[in-house]
Amino acid sequence: MDLNQRLKHVAVIGAAGKMGSGIALLLALEMAWRALEDPGATYVLNLVDMADGPLQGLQRYLRDQARKDGEKQINRLRAVFRDRADLVENGEMVQAFVDEVMIHVRTGKALALAKDSSLVFEAAFEREEVKVEIYNELAVLCPPSTWFLTNTSSIPLRVLAEQCGIGGRLIGYHFYNPPAVQKLLEVIVPDGCDPDLVEAAYALAKILRKTTVPARDIAGFIGNGHFMRDGLHCIREMEHLARDYGFVQALYMVEKVSRDWLLRPMGMFQLIDYVGIDVFQLILRVMDHYLQDGLHSDLIDHMLDLGIRGGQTSSGAQKDGFLRYEKGRPAGIFDPAARDYVPLDEAFVRDMDGLLGPHPDPALTWKALSRDPAREEKLRAYFRRLKDLDSLGAGMARAHVFDSRDVALDLVRQGVAARPEDVNDVLTLGFFHLYGPINDYLD
Amino acid sequence: MNRMPKPVFLAAGATTVSLGTGRPEFSPRKPRPGLDETIREAGRMTLAQIGDPGAIDECVIGNFMAERFNRQGHLGALMLNLHPALEFKPALRVEGACASGGLALVSGLKSVLSGLADVVLVLGVEIQNTVKAIYCADYLAGAGWYDGERKDGHAYFFPGAFSDRAGAYAAKVGAERAREGFAHWFRNAIENARLNPDAQEYTNRAQDLLALGRTPPNPRVFTDHLNLFDCSKVSDGAAALVVASEEGLRRLGLGREDAVQVTGLGHAAANLTTPPADPTEMATCRVAAGRALAMAGLAIGDVGVVEVHDCFTVSGILLTEALGMAAPGEGADAVVAGITRRDGRWPTNAGGGLVGYGHPTGATGVRMAVDLWRQLKGRAGTYQVAPRTEHGLMVNMGGNDKTVVSLAVKA
Repeated sequence: MDLNQRLKHVAVIGAAGKMGSGIALLLALEMAWRALEDPGATYVLNLVDMADGPLQGLQRYLRDQARKDGEKQINRLRAVFRDRADLVENGEMVQAFVDEVMIHVRTGKALALAKDSSLVFEAAFEREEVKVEIYNELAVLCPPSTWFLTNTSSIPLRVLAEQCGIGGRLIGYHFYNPPAVQKLLEVIVPDGCDPDLVEAAYALAKILRKTTVPARDIAGFIGNGHFMRDGLHCIREMEHLARDYGFVQALYMVEKVSRDWLLRPMGMFQLIDYVGIDVFQLILRVMDHYLQDGLHSDLIDHMLDLGIRGGQTSSGAQKDGFLRYEKGRPAGIFDPAARDYVPLDEAFVRDMDGLLGPHPDPALTWKALSRDPAREEKLRAYFRRLKDLDSLGAGMARAHVFDSRDVALDLVRQGVAARPEDVNDVLTLGFFHLYGPINDYLD
Repeated sequence: MNRMPKPVFLAAGATTVSLGTGRPEFSPRKPRPGLDETIREAGRMTLAQIGDPGAIDECVIGNFMAERFNRQGHLGALMLNLHPALEFKPALRVEGACASGGLALVSGLKSVLSGLADVVLVLGVEIQNTVKAIYCADYLAGAGWYDGERKDGHAYFFPGAFSDRAGAYAAKVGAERAREGFAHWFRNAIENARLNPDAQEYTNRAQDLLALGRTPPNPRVFTDHLNLFDCSKVSDGAAALVVASEEGLRRLGLGREDAVQVTGLGHAAANLTTPPADPTEMATCRVAAGRALAMAGLAIGDVGVVEVHDCFTVSGILLTEALGMAAPGEGADAVVAGITRRDGRWPTNAGGGLVGYGHPTGATGVRMAVDLWRQLKGRAGTYQVAPRTEHGLMVNMGGNDKTVVSLAVKA
């Protein structure tokens, strides 16, 4: 069965989740375009999740996103509907496209919905026992020809394959959040994987317009292999600073340095909030279980004990975590001692920024640089200035840059990434960094 | 050509802000003034200049597509919500696509010229940001021949139609010359709009306007021969003014110094179902403007200030040729040379025009007349130019050169 044939009957498990819904959208849109351009064929997308509410939310999300896609691709849509005399206006064609997308979608709570699928994407909760249970059931339900693509970001695939008897039929297909937008796709090929599946997985990535980076089947792969350790570096740095300055003050400074001084789109604590403190803890646990590398944070555990979880609402809005958000922007910092948020008022910010010292180039921001064609040249000049600056902020920034590079080089040394460029690609494409961690900017 | 049977004047004009993308107060997600509120805003600013609303004999409102944009028909009676003194006055709505405002003026002029009215309040309005641009294009496509053109038309119907004209023009004069003309038209429009607080592009801060205007078109996301800067935006707004006889001016307490005289009227229409014989020519505009000038006894060289219907930069360029400001095929070069600049031979669209002020379709014709009145009476404030003569000319076009209203006015 070739990939085109397989794409006619697909399932997504955990489809109502953040990652699952994005994967479902990519597939639903692809199916709709294929069906319109090849009207004889039948396409089915089975979307499975645990509860009716989220599944209904998923249908709403798919409809809204299908409308946006139809609007964006209206020229293509008008060409596709050229012979449909009943469709004249953009509005009619966009609605017909939305209908087309939804026609292929079947939602349900039973895994049995996936039994005829040739490709099964799994984006269930990042917990080994949950995934094992799912695959054990799917292994019985689905025919031996079914291929499984897991979105796990940390669990070694050989573990799943061995425990569930799907060896050779499972590949790692790690999308980045949100899957419909982010270009990066980390592909993890476990030992013994069917070469046809590997070939199809790369072909499908091209169809979905994703940039692939191969990663070895080692817990955390490249993305989380770097992110978890980078996050722990920041937490350690913050805890160290907190002894002199206090928790809230230290968290502000590390957040500020990891965002503005490192020219990243988010500070580390905002990023952990975005991912979810609970998800961050889960990934740490999985990785530590397999790597025995001391990947743990008491602070993360403590935050969850206090009921502070971060994450996002179904609409994509940021929930409060280490930081409190107003209109998507950090407006306060959680103080575990007081169990409340301390507002980021002007005087506080001024005092803390004063402690950090002058920024190497206040005009340079992630946003401005991300659209600047002379970015590389400006980055080099920026880091040259950072190198010579004697201040608390500069010292923290340099330490962070070096630590990030060491982590990245370790990933290459351990063979998690085949090449330094692959780690850099993951960080620039998956995390929107302006530069890869393996660089010579501070040499 | 007959002269005007009796003196008829335009006075007491007003325009609202042209609201849409570009205006800092505009957000598609925030509530905005609707049709009724916008009509009343333009109307009240006008009534404030004439004292007694009871002096108005008749009301005319120009509007294109309120049924689809606002789910509201019956605008003549809606216009009377402007003031209690208008109750039971004759009121009507006229429609001629983007020339609806021009046709409202024609209607008012005919009432005054016929002697049935001495004072007509003429208003134009359109509220279009009720839908996304892609659906707005569906509604505006009603200005073309729906049965014959919409199905095969471009997603953005009118940008598509004028892209075809731009392509034909580029083939005729050379792609670089054409693009350079479009880019200069765009720059002039935005520079003028930056002087007009009501203009949609008033706060446009782009630095290199020529570079933006030179942006190569991208057919994958838009059209073959036009970029987004070549297009007027989706706008909400209204404009109003009074058409009056000499007796009417007296009743309003206005003097000759407050009014411009309409000396020429050219109203022409072409068969909606017939494609342009030569896409590089605006034949209906040429006829209408020629009639207005002939009735006024003027040549284009006598005109000191111009308002033209630049729904797209290419229409601006083609109109310079249709009006005789440039020879056929030389409009782009002439605009690059500066004939339409504020300090050029024919200061054109000095308040921004459709590309700069905005294009609230049904209001545009009235807005043009208000701007001519302001310029010739020295009332244009921050965007005032110094007209070389006391004559002004406007051309308001509906559809793809199908319904055209041209007025010649004298200070």
